Amino acid sequence: MFYREVGRFKTSYKADQAIFPIAQDRWFVIGLVAFAFLGVPLFAGQYLYTEVLIPVLILSIAAIGLNILTGYCGQLSLGSGGFMAVGAYSAYNLALRLPETNIILVFLFAGVMAMLVGILFGLPSLRIKGFYLAVATLASQFFLEWAFARVKWFTNYAPSGSVAVSRIELFGVPIDTPGKTYILVLAMTVVLALAAKNLVRSWIGRMWMAMRDMDVAAEIIGIRPLHAKLSAFAVSSFYIGIAGALWAFLRLGSWEPLAFDVNRSFQVLFMIIIGGLGTILGSFLGAAFIVLVPIFLNQLPSWLGIAISTAMISHIEFMLFGAMIVFFLVVEPHGLARLWAIAKEKLRLWPFPY
Amino acid sequence: MMGPVLETLIGGLLTGVLYSLVALGFVLIFKASGVFNFAQGAMVLFAALSFARLSEFMPLVFAFALSVLVMIALAYAIEFLVLRRLVNQEGIILFMATLGIAYFLEGFGQTIWGSDVYRISLGLPTNPIFILESVFPGGLLIDPAELIAATICAVMVLVLAVFFQVTWVGRALRAVADDHQAAQSVGIPLNQIWFLVWAVSGLVALVAGMMWGAKLGVQFSLSLIALKAFPVLILGGLTSIPGAIVGGLIIGAGEKLAEVFLAPLLVRAFDLAGGGIENWFAYMLALVFLLVRPQGLFGERIIERV
Amino acid sequence: MNSGRYSLRSSGRNDDGEGHGATRPGGRDIAAGDVLLAVEDVSLAFGGVKAVTGVSFDIRKGEIRAIIGPNGAGKTSMLNVINGFYQPQRGRITFRGRPRPHMRPYEAALGGIARTFQNVALFKGMTALDNIMAGRTLMMRRGLLWQLLRLGPALTEETHHRHRVEEIIDFLKIQHIRKVQVGKLPYGLQKRVELGRALAMEPDLLLLDEPMAGMNLEEKEEMSRFILDVNNHYGTTIALIEHDMGVVMDLSDRVVVLDHGIKIADGTPAEVQGNQAVIEAYLGPEPSR
Repeated sequence: MFYREVGRFKTSYKADQAIFPIAQDRWFVIGLVAFAFLGVPLFAGQYLYTEVLIPVLILSIAAIGLNILTGYCGQLSLGSGGFMAVGAYSAYNLALRLPETNIILVFLFAGVMAMLVGILFGLPSLRIKGFYLAVATLASQFFLEWAFARVKWFTNYAPSGSVAVSRIELFGVPIDTPGKTYILVLAMTVVLALAAKNLVRSWIGRMWMAMRDMDVAAEIIGIRPLHAKLSAFAVSSFYIGIAGALWAFLRLGSWEPLAFDVNRSFQVLFMIIIGGLGTILGSFLGAAFIVLVPIFLNQLPSWLGIAISTAMISHIEFMLFGAMIVFFLVVEPHGLARLWAIAKEKLRLWPFPY
Repeated sequence: MMGPVLETLIGGLLTGVLYSLVALGFVLIFKASGVFNFAQGAMVLFAALSFARLSEFMPLVFAFALSVLVMIALAYAIEFLVLRRLVNQEGIILFMATLGIAYFLEGFGQTIWGSDVYRISLGLPTNPIFILESVFPGGLLIDPAELIAATICAVMVLVLAVFFQVTWVGRALRAVADDHQAAQSVGIPLNQIWFLVWAVSGLVALVAGMMWGAKLGVQFSLSLIALKAFPVLILGGLTSIPGAIVGGLIIGAGEKLAEVFLAPLLVRAFDLAGGGIENWFAYMLALVFLLVRPQGLFGERIIERV
Repeated sequence: MNSGRYSLRSSGRNDDGEGHGATRPGGRDIAAGDVLLAVEDVSLAFGGVKAVTGVSFDIRKGEIRAIIGPNGAGKTSMLNVINGFYQPQRGRITFRGRPRPHMRPYEAALGGIARTFQNVALFKGMTALDNIMAGRTLMMRRGLLWQLLRLGPALTEETHHRHRVEEIIDFLKIQHIRKVQVGKLPYGLQKRVELGRALAMEPDLLLLDEPMAGMNLEEKEEMSRFILDVNNHYGTTIALIEHDMGVVMDLSDRVVVLDHGIKIADGTPAEVQGNQAVIEAYLGPEPSR
């Protein structure tokens, strides 16, 4: 009744091609973004910022990156952690050696470095497909993990192998509270998400999806596999690299290569599976899911009044994750984003049953 | 000069046979159902945990028998709860499902069996043997435990290879791997086949778990052994049993040789903080191979027909 | 040269004002009736299996050329060779007067050759509209940085191509399913979408592999009408593989007959119909009118 398209005719293709063709959607998203910028800071406390909002936003960027590569272009990659590491350590080294560089440029530099490495490690995809490619991406993951742990130059010869960043400032304003960090991360996320959405709606997105659905037929209409795959690797790694730099600088503060190990790769992959492959919304939903579930599980014992050891909680977390992934795949292989779309479909008819 | 190289080579080959066994578990499942079973490592860990804990209070033979039953029950559960409900989904969906199973098993195994480090004592001899003392001064050092483990694995691999080549089960498996629906329509009992294959894979995981567990101790990191088996798989080809054998040997030997001889060179050349290249060397080796032969040494050529 | 071209052909110019001739690499402009594509003594084998042996024929600009023959005659393989999918062991393809050795499928696409498949090769994860829009990829110029912001030129370009694609959708009467995911469409509609995607490329040569397969009489009539319209109004040269003799006789200007990889007849439908070798190969009952 309230969520309808009847009576709202689009009078141009331009209107039909907008990100949110349905007016209610548009208002909802604009409202949500406005609330995120203006409303949240009014009541959010430190815990909400540092444990929920900032991680979810940064991981969403990584998830968007992997979604572009795996969800839209169909190239299964298990190397996300390694590319995040490239971003993190590139940013670290630039900030270390050219301390006056604007922090936004530092993050962009991280993205570019990750992009270059991503293109390099993406070259095998021209010859290798499917699970073979997934395993090949593990080669990049393990190599990069090892490189940042062993090549001392990357960590500035730190004896412990871990590095830290000191104060960060943007145009003279120090980013020293969780609130300010949140705004910075939110702004970057909104810009990057918008750019990604534009990309996947364009001929480039169609090219990627064609590659995913039937690469043989894609060639027939003039798409060159090299162009399609490497561009996917490039854009994907750019996003993942920025996410890595943001994670290191604004979430961790100090880190070691273990922060970007193969478990991180799987974490990002799970986000896009649960959230929905091939959707931008799914990247956000999946990231939120992956961040919130452990928090919820951690609180559960105290809510139920039972005492469980941390080791046991971690085991239960594993079990629950595994079970949820299987559950999702059986029930809705297209993830939370599809469930959301189905809910919207039902909403169009509500309150009528059909 | 040849002595140390040969010694390292033999050590690597023996380890390689153990890799082959883990890889074999993958190959069986992939051959039979087209599923890349990421949970194989978790199965190895789960099996090893079961055996280690059970053998704490019963004779080894009983512990083994019970562990076999445990793995069979596990195979049934996986088939019933997961595989049956994902018939005819694309490969990537099934792969992700095995990721989920892997996570679940790791949590579950440690929940019921505990998460300490456990020992498996199989009564294998531990004193090193020296061979070829006449050819090389002092002889070449071989760990007899490794030798016995390798022999057991080799026997298992051969038995399974023959079984699947020769029997009607093997043929049925190949049909199933090709097309679930088509196999069903000619009357192949999909569910039973999958159960059988996962059970056999579970047994393979158990033997592998016992061998590796005796070598390294049973702990969480055992599941990472599966990650080592991936290079074996892609080098040998996902669908090939001989590939798993040859791939395992190449990876095992290559890795050991790189660790002992290549790593010190790199450390000196690039001023590295220690070696550890065995973490990625196997993968790089397999990757290079793949670029030359994208389907692995013995894998099936993917022919695109339009 | 530009006679009889409807708006679909956008008068041979793209947004930048360059003629289409400039975007098609290589070759000369061919007059109607001249040879557009020539197959010269092509042989193709897979391992020991000989798909095609020593086949030569040509396709003239503006005609509808049928390739027929019993199952396994090598017709699809022939199309695949023209397309660049398979490289023949012997012989060559000459397109627009220039030989095309080792042509890859996307080079064929660049050169103006479009193709449909026996087993509909659509992008199942995308809508019908997106599939057809994908056919415009070669003509989309604005690169990645423009697309990120989707302002001005990028948006104009997308809208322009959307116009063209909607014309194709109107032509093929698939407006009602344009936003449906093609995996959910019935087979007949999928075939139409695939034709639409090929048309979106504004090809000079259109290769159709059994466009009527699995269709009932009504659908076949509609598809025949579409094919004729494409040929008449847009001047597109068409080569099609087809089993329905009635369709072949009605639609085509000339026919080439293959059997076991060898050409056994080449001529007008009437000539081929009466050819003893063809009749012996497989010809069915008289075509019905």
